[in-house]
Amino acid sequence: MKIDRRSFLSLGVGAGAGIALSPLPWKLTDDLSIWTQMWPWTPVPKDGETNYVNSVSTLCRCGCGIKVRKVDDRAVKIEGQEGWPGSEGNACALCLSGIQLLYSPSAIQMPLKNVGKKGEPVWQQISWDAAIGEIKEKLSKLREEGKSHTLACITGSDKGTVPALFRRFLNAYGSPNFMTMPSYEDAYETALKLMHGTESAVGFDLENSDYVISFGAGILDGWGASVRMFKARSAWKDKKVKVVQADPRLSNTAAKADQWLAINPGTESVLALGIAAVIVSENLHSKEFAEKYAQGFDIWKNFVTEKYAPGTVAQITGIKEDVIAAVAKEFAAASAPIALCGRGQGNTPGSVHEFMAVHALNALVGSVNRKGGVWAMPKQEYVNWPEPALDETAQKGLAEARIDGAGSEKYPLSRCLTARLAAVINEAADSPVQMLFVSGANPVYSLPDSKAVKTAFAKIPFVVSFASHMDETAEMADIVLPSHGHLERYEDVPAALGMNKTVIGLAKPVIKAQHNTRYPGDCLIALAQALGGTLAEAFHWSGYEECLEKTLGDKWETLKEKGFIAEDCSPPDWNQSFASQKFVFMPEACAQAAKSGSAAAPQIEGDANRYPLILLPVDSMRLACGPVADTPFLIKTVSDKMLRGKETVIEINPETAAGLGLCEGKTAILTTPKGEAKVKVCLTQSVAPGILAMPRGLGHSGPDEYIAGKGTNFNELIGPVEDPVSGLDAAWGIRAKLAKA
Amino acid sequence: MSESEEKAKKGSGSGGFAILFFIVGLAASLIVGWVIFPKLLYSQKKQPFDFNHALHNELVDNGCESCHFFREDGSYAGVPTLEQCAGCHEDVQGETEDEAIFVNEYVKNGREVPWLVYSRQPDCVFFSHAAHVKSGGMDCKTCHGPIGESESLKPYEENRITGYSRDIWGKNIAGFKKNTWDRMKMDDCSECHVKLGVKQNSVQTEKGACFVCHK
Repeated sequence: MKIDRRSFLSLGVGAGAGIALSPLPWKLTDDLSIWTQMWPWTPVPKDGETNYVNSVSTLCRCGCGIKVRKVDDRAVKIEGQEGWPGSEGNACALCLSGIQLLYSPSAIQMPLKNVGKKGEPVWQQISWDAAIGEIKEKLSKLREEGKSHTLACITGSDKGTVPALFRRFLNAYGSPNFMTMPSYEDAYETALKLMHGTESAVGFDLENSDYVISFGAGILDGWGASVRMFKARSAWKDKKVKVVQADPRLSNTAAKADQWLAINPGTESVLALGIAAVIVSENLHSKEFAEKYAQGFDIWKNFVTEKYAPGTVAQITGIKEDVIAAVAKEFAAASAPIALCGRGQGNTPGSVHEFMAVHALNALVGSVNRKGGVWAMPKQEYVNWPEPALDETAQKGLAEARIDGAGSEKYPLSRCLTARLAAVINEAADSPVQMLFVSGANPVYSLPDSKAVKTAFAKIPFVVSFASHMDETAEMADIVLPSHGHLERYEDVPAALGMNKTVIGLAKPVIKAQHNTRYPGDCLIALAQALGGTLAEAFHWSGYEECLEKTLGDKWETLKEKGFIAEDCSPPDWNQSFASQKFVFMPEACAQAAKSGSAAAPQIEGDANRYPLILLPVDSMRLACGPVADTPFLIKTVSDKMLRGKETVIEINPETAAGLGLCEGKTAILTTPKGEAKVKVCLTQSVAPGILAMPRGLGHSGPDEYIAGKGTNFNELIGPVEDPVSGLDAAWGIRAKLAKA
Repeated sequence: MSESEEKAKKGSGSGGFAILFFIVGLAASLIVGWVIFPKLLYSQKKQPFDFNHALHNELVDNGCESCHFFREDGSYAGVPTLEQCAGCHEDVQGETEDEAIFVNEYVKNGREVPWLVYSRQPDCVFFSHAAHVKSGGMDCKTCHGPIGESESLKPYEENRITGYSRDIWGKNIAGFKKNTWDRMKMDDCSECHVKLGVKQNSVQTEKGACFVCHK
């Protein structure tokens, strides 16, 4: 007997048979199949008790009522809040994806001090006491030097307790330089002030309108309270309400409108007055309103019929005479027509002339303070704190002129002109702003000519940011006092622009603060109490939550329980609202300019010979333009007609592209008087020859890899253009040129 | 002797060895498959500390559901959280080392106990306790066995490949079971569903077959 090859084969066969008769192969197969279906590194959400918290998301400008689904103490999903005025259980895409910001690694975790250069920060984590102490020292020094007026503040809006606390702080400290980020709300407010003679908030009774003309307002692109607008648009469709969109580009709104008026850019006011001219010429206007409740109608009538004859208007606007006449007749024949304006999302205020022209159109058909029309509503005034006592320094500081020129002899109509700030600082040898607070806003990204804004911020010796996530403005700050995130704090959220209801929403902490953050209000209270004197008296609250609770008074409990308070309003009666002050068709402040001015389109920046094309911004629901950049989810929804790879896509008419030797998808260099950018071209008939359209909301430098470095910031390519009446930024585009890369 | 005869002799000589080697291979692999493999496949882990189900069961009024209850929305709470236990165990009770560990390391520090759950199923399986206990009237024992009578926790045997407990496949490596609670594999669910004539479609989606549990 001998061991040979056969023996080993037998051993193998035996082993094979043994293995087959054991559970090993079957068990191993089962385990491997489980393993491959349930990779151990795949995250599995923890199980827990499901509960819901109603709150308000402040990520978008209008504030969306939200319902946050939680599993134990983790927020896992955001849905719309049932019953929220206007949106009724829905919310915008940005707010729906807000969970990603809550748990974002870009959230600032504790106070930061820049120990590097301005704009090239080297962040050092410091304690709250050290941060507040350092800011207090700077504030004390400025006051001692009699420079209290050189403290300025920029907030996202002027509504609610948070901006009110900043304004109060500046007042008590002695600075008139409280500013808010510009929007079309400023132009509407000025137009209403001039035409109604009252400080009013604009309200649109959209749900009852039966004919809509929008002069560039992006009804489906984020204008107004965006979700309410979507709902209103659906309701109009069901009720067969005609929607006419005057827009130089085939926007989403224009594409879904019943009629698109492909207007020459910047000529919206001319079209509005052209339509008005037809209505008055054909005697289709509301005689009752014009005769009993308005003043200066005859002068205005002569003005529009003379200057805005259909032929002239057709030539300027590019809309045929018969189309203008037909729209005018339909508008006048409707029982509750409404005319809206504020281009795109209304990120730029615009020309007050234009807002008045459109509002005059409403007045002409009696759609002012009437069902289905535009209402001049009293401003919501629930923040009723007694005026702070002012010491001598504060009085002296408040007597100084505002840095942005608002309220001066040159700009008497405006309350703030934030878009002018950068130019004023850059033109001065020494920055007139020595210290700046920024809260709820990202001016270094969002203000026009953002490169100049960045330069201006670098000139400001001390900038304090109250951001909760890193942004372009926080990058320019000397100290960052991180605010609680949008789902970690209490905050009152007043009615969105254009709501014709009284609404107060309450943002509630859905989860406890994840990081070492505070309320901006708590920071101001701490600073005021550290400074002492009248400042401490003005900020006597123990903290922001107490301040908020006391301010809301008997509404507090209802708000905590229900999440919002909404009261229906009825339109102010004509007899009542125009008793002491009649409606003014042609206000004195601009009558002269209107009379002497030609009917030509307002000018934009840039030499037509050097820059033969016109660049327009494109607003989209998928691109956030406010203080918050797109979330990772939202940026994924941006189409490749706006962003391809890391480059912004601009729309260009094939005819123009052919003239420039550009074809679809080619890279080109876009140049404007303000800057230059590498872009990709998209050939489309959505824009007329000579027009370029570029998305707004891209080109962030942070805060995370999902958004940073994607595309170009439109605001780097455009500068502000002053409205002669108000001083507000009226730029609707800029001249540009395009060349092969 | 011719060359061919010599070869034949050699061949018949290796035949004995072939059988022997076959048997050795067979026996070795059977030992590997039945004895060594299960030992290698599972690692033994200790629970954070021991727990006496029997003792607690005597103190509560509502049996298992006193601690393993259904939430208001009908979902099943599973293993109790610290919040439930802390009501009685705010301070150390008795003299056991396990009680001291629980109170000092977990209750006082507000840390949830990282229990190793013997019945944890893969995440791809949808299982509703409410459907089985509330609607089906099943008792806990049918699937979980007499764990409520146990005085201490057995070691947790974790499958090194899948990460799940040995209790899912069952203690018997061949997959045989004597009691309903000996295994918690898909076939065991299916066996009971077929035997009892349970509706074979998902309540939520109305889809049948795999989709009853794998949504």
